[in-house]
Amino acid sequence: MSIFKKIITAVRGGASEAGEAIIDANSTRIFEQEIRDSEKHITIAKRDLTEVMAKQMQAARELAQVQASIKEHEGYAMQALNQGNEALAIEVAEKISELEISAAEQQQANESFLTSSDRLKELIKKSERQLTEYKRQLTMVKTTESVQKATSAITDNFSASNSKLLNAKDSLERIKKKQAMFDDKLKAAEQLESETPDSSLQSKLQAAGIGAQKTSAQSVLDRLKNK
Amino acid sequence: MNIHTIATHLNKLAEDAGTGFDFDCTPINGEIDVLQVEIIGREEIPIFVSISDNQILCIAYLWGEDEVKQDKRMNMMEAMLEMNIPMPLSSFAKVENKYVVFGALSINSSLEDIELEVVTLSDNSLEVINEMDSYLN
Repeated sequence: MSIFKKIITAVRGGASEAGEAIIDANSTRIFEQEIRDSEKHITIAKRDLTEVMAKQMQAARELAQVQASIKEHEGYAMQALNQGNEALAIEVAEKISELEISAAEQQQANESFLTSSDRLKELIKKSERQLTEYKRQLTMVKTTESVQKATSAITDNFSASNSKLLNAKDSLERIKKKQAMFDDKLKAAEQLESETPDSSLQSKLQAAGIGAQKTSAQSVLDRLKNK
Repeated sequence: MNIHTIATHLNKLAEDAGTGFDFDCTPINGEIDVLQVEIIGREEIPIFVSISDNQILCIAYLWGEDEVKQDKRMNMMEAMLEMNIPMPLSSFAKVENKYVVFGALSINSSLEDIELEVVTLSDNSLEVINEMDSYLN
């Protein structure tokens, strides 16, 4: 079963109980081991590939040398024939035949190295795809587990502090009220600011004994005495 | 990156916050550490931050299954799916019986990125509850 399906099944099936793991710790460890193994295989395959590619380059170089040598000797053979020196021409032809055998061998080696390197490249690509897939699946398992653990920690914290997550609408209402209160305070402060010149005039008038006067202890006492 | 680094950063921002909010962070200890981030004035909907091997998860709990008007459940889910892409940085999900919005960040994110994620998640939560109001009890 795919990890995706396992997670869905486990969550739906009630593995959502706090602390209950989606996939037991042992499977996670096996998974992690598989990832480490894959990584090791890829490293080895890459080392092999480097070696094969180096050998292939060497074979190609040698092949080119032999082919050049064949061409060179063909030239010599033609020159010998032109001079009517058949014996020398035969000697050169024998050399060419040796070189051709060697060229065929190098050609074969070259092709075999090319096939190996293609195979290794394909293998590495496949293993890397597999590794990415393992890692993605492990991330899914670990994230699911960590969300469950986080949720359980959050839930425990709320029950321990005797508070609970509020109903969504109530929460929003309270936040809006706070925001409105904040806005009102801001408005009131602005209003107060704009009223200041007036109030300073008021205090000047009061100091001069003009307009409504503040009640002082003395005035209260005077009033009581007059009763 | 760990939750204590994030907590220290957010708590000391005060007036310097690039996002214009004050934060109050409380670590919650458990099998994995979770940071409860409250934005001042929005304490009712905290953001929970947890860090795993390869990502930072920020989650805000929206409402429980019990708060959903059952006859409008399908419409609500469709609305949530439709809103999922337009909603900046966050996505909808369900954890146990709670609907949530969450954002996942790379473990290599900067503290400023995390701050922006938390604030955006909080803004999104408020807007979503406001907009989805008709589906809720």
